[in-house]
Amino acid sequence: MASAKPSAGTQRPISPHLQIYSPLINMMMSIVHRITGVALYVGTLLLAFYLVSAASGPDAYYYAKWLFSTPIGLLILFGYTWALFHHMLGGIRHMIWDTGRGFDLATVDKLCWGSLIASISLTILVWVAAYVL
Amino acid sequence: MTTTLRPTPSPNEAQIRTPLARVRGLGSAKEGTDHFWRQRVTGVANLVLVVFAVFLMLRLVGASYENAREILSSPVVTIALAMLILSGVIHMRLGMQTVIEDYIHSEGLKIVLLMLNTFFAIAVGATCILAVLKLAFGS
Repeated sequence: MASAKPSAGTQRPISPHLQIYSPLINMMMSIVHRITGVALYVGTLLLAFYLVSAASGPDAYYYAKWLFSTPIGLLILFGYTWALFHHMLGGIRHMIWDTGRGFDLATVDKLCWGSLIASISLTILVWVAAYVL
Repeated sequence: MTTTLRPTPSPNEAQIRTPLARVRGLGSAKEGTDHFWRQRVTGVANLVLVVFAVFLMLRLVGASYENAREILSSPVVTIALAMLILSGVIHMRLGMQTVIEDYIHSEGLKIVLLMLNTFFAIAVGATCILAVLKLAFGS
């Protein structure tokens, strides 16, 4: 909860920020981890909406079901599935890093690309399973 | 004096921090690693519970009302969903707290948003848990 207010008139040099660096996969994954986290935060409203609808009776349930089956509803659910898997795999990556392992650049890149590819694969797998089952 | 607890980062710190403060390890925010640790504990819990929830969702796709009610009234599902909701809202509240503290530099707005963050997490959690209980106990 730092709240450093620069005193008036002083123009101290500041450290370089996002726009100065060329995008690297670990940096992008870090940003996306935060964005998917915020998306999941808002997305809990979808879970609440679904559960409340199911608990409220057939009319509300079928309305929610219809809403989720519209193109926009499906798109949101698809995005939510990916955000869920991506954030989950990002979390696993961070827990590996928490142990102090996997910090050499080659492993960092592998973990980042791996979690991105795995999140997309798992999302597609779950949606195929949803339609096939 | 006693043995060194950890390598002292700087001479300044060695002078300013008391041995007691170093033993407690709570830092200037007085919370120590509490935020970090709770984020990890709920993260691990979510890992297991989300996998369960994904399989649950697959069962619920296209389900009729009666079918969905039957699935959602099973004790295992009720307990797992309640735990997921609890762990989930704690995790997301901690995460959003970090986001707010990183980007909002106006002290007043920051405090308001931190409060709203807590209210949102509790409201979503309470709503979901009530719905899950209603699905479990019927009517």
